[in-house]
Amino acid sequence: MSIAPETTRPGHRRGPPTLAVWKFASCDGCQLTLLNCEDELLALAGAVRIAYFPEATRGVVEGPYDVSLVEGSITTPEDLERIQQVRQVSRRLVTIGACATAGGIQALRNFGDVAEFRSVVYAHPEYLSTLSRSTPISAHVSVDFELRGCPVDKTQLLEVLAAAVQDRAPRIPSHSVCVECKRRGTVCVTVAHGTPCLGPVTQAGCGALCPAFERGCYGCFGPQDTPNAAAVAVRLGELGMAEAEVMRVFRTFNAAAEPFRQESERHEPVAGPGTRREAGR
Amino acid sequence: MTDEPTDDRRVLTVGTLARVEGEGGMHVEYRDGRVTDVQLRIYEPPRFFEAFLRGRSYTEPPDVTARICGICPVAYQTSSCWALEDACGVSVPDAVRRARRLLYCGEWIESHSLHIYLLHAPDFLGYDGAIEMAADHRGLVERGLRMKKAGNDLLDVVGGRSVHPVNVRLGGFYRMPLRRELLALRPRLEQGLEDALATVALVAGFDFPELEQPYEYLSLRPETGYPIEDGRVVTSSGTSFDVRDFTRHIEEFHVEHSNALHARLDGSPEPYVVGPLARYSLNADRLSDTARRAAADAGLGAVCRNPFRSIVVRAVEVVEAFHEALRLVDEWQDGHDPSVPVPPRAGEGFGASEAPRGTLFHRYVLDDEGVIQDAQIVPPTSQNQPSVEADLRTLVQAWHGLDHAALTHRCEQAIRNYDPCISCATHFLDLTVENR
Repeated sequence: MSIAPETTRPGHRRGPPTLAVWKFASCDGCQLTLLNCEDELLALAGAVRIAYFPEATRGVVEGPYDVSLVEGSITTPEDLERIQQVRQVSRRLVTIGACATAGGIQALRNFGDVAEFRSVVYAHPEYLSTLSRSTPISAHVSVDFELRGCPVDKTQLLEVLAAAVQDRAPRIPSHSVCVECKRRGTVCVTVAHGTPCLGPVTQAGCGALCPAFERGCYGCFGPQDTPNAAAVAVRLGELGMAEAEVMRVFRTFNAAAEPFRQESERHEPVAGPGTRREAGR
Repeated sequence: MTDEPTDDRRVLTVGTLARVEGEGGMHVEYRDGRVTDVQLRIYEPPRFFEAFLRGRSYTEPPDVTARICGICPVAYQTSSCWALEDACGVSVPDAVRRARRLLYCGEWIESHSLHIYLLHAPDFLGYDGAIEMAADHRGLVERGLRMKKAGNDLLDVVGGRSVHPVNVRLGGFYRMPLRRELLALRPRLEQGLEDALATVALVAGFDFPELEQPYEYLSLRPETGYPIEDGRVVTSSGTSFDVRDFTRHIEEFHVEHSNALHARLDGSPEPYVVGPLARYSLNADRLSDTARRAAADAGLGAVCRNPFRSIVVRAVEVVEAFHEALRLVDEWQDGHDPSVPVPPRAGEGFGASEAPRGTLFHRYVLDDEGVIQDAQIVPPTSQNQPSVEADLRTLVQAWHGLDHAALTHRCEQAIRNYDPCISCATHFLDLTVENR
């Protein structure tokens, strides 16, 4: 993949475009994926100017930035303000990963009682500053592109960066994991072994990893563009999953993504643990 | 950076501490060379893992807790598997143990190489980061990236991917790697071993500030070999206990300036240390001959108490991890079941493994259907927070004569000595040194 910079872009200064990487509530795995581009990292550092990336360098170049990669979800009052500032200094803002794109696993709080969560983990909950919901970046500012995955795929990340540098739309497919299984020649785990799988409703991008490892897809790339979650849920039930299990498989790393949220709520037990009807986003 | 000399109070601030995994803060106040307050501030927004694990199935923590940290997900997966298998009274066979150790070697290689070359070495060589360092030392940075990639390749083959591997399950794995897949990695692992030995020689030549750390060390110690994925708990004062008893010895407490809980050992007010220095000092006799020779050539004794030398110990551990990975690959036999069944039962289970940054404890309570009633996770960075603060106190008192920029940088370095996994703990690291 080539990441050749354009030396001049309309309305912008000469030289390689500047890149900033920001972290909100997250595990660091998506920005680590950038550092995991071992073969491309030094070439990338030539094609863009790494202007703000605290995990990699103490050096800071003042904004505004041509491209901002944003990892993590919004979960604190301080971060509500910080994301506005990030948007202001970013020409193009790309979210990377399930936290930034769908609220991440910490969006499970959206279905529970945060006051109770706090007291489960911390002896002095009054020391904490936290919002009752974990929300994606797009709930607060306009986002130019959302890259899926928990974590993001490194080839897709490079494509997004290349597209940003070349001022074009990224070529990221929005079809299901099933297409990737067919493409790599993996036998369908549901058809052949009766293994429950979220592949039909999950967006491609991982390379259909789980079925290649003889397990069902667990939906870490979030919903594909036309998911029929209800039909998959019926099939999961036929394969022996209880209602509570069906609820939980849709309620993991992309729990607050709309199609998964709706489907999980259809399978809520009447008064199960950690669940509440009006939950959601 | 601001420097405000007033009568008896000077404040020096670095907005964000760089080259740590995540972001957080530090605050030191001192007057006349005496430190009056020191805080490692951890602002990582709380993510409540222990809370939302309640009510979920006992089969889920390997996938769910991996998401606590993108740099050491295998540590979370492994500690959670041990704890849940313990709760269910299941012991996994040798083939599964070997696969866990092999996967874990990949994580040590990836995480330690990242820290040595991309996060820590720039301090010693005088650069803002590895990209800047590559302009003058391209070969060095390429070697670091090559080692890191070998670790990630191992994680890909055994775990499916390097960040949040998909192949780990309770009782073992979904699919065992094949001998031919592992042998295909062998040239990269051999190159890695060679690169790791060169790394030990490189970092041994860095300048290290003198600092002796008097604290207790704690690590696992298995029946044989160097502690990676398993073992009993041992300490430098000679205590030894089973992982099942960790809650009787390790107590967590909540301080106002940190969103990560602190920990103390056996009620002692003194800090204790987990991680490479502790592992090495308690288990140097368990290293392979190759790693032991490298350590000796690097001037390491049987015990290392200078936290600035942690980069050397980390490099020795990378040698050990490559060496161990090669051994496991060479001894690999196909045909073993990838996992054993783990039927649920009511009870409490405990597990621990050596994350790259130190011992990671998990505890779960299950009901008879395997629904999680309680979960407790004690990550290494929480345990090390008090000793990070103690190091900063010692260091600022010893070097308060340095100018603020130099002292601040040394403080940053002292924090990076621990390779703090701030995503296991932190969000925004503001470094403030106040002189009053």
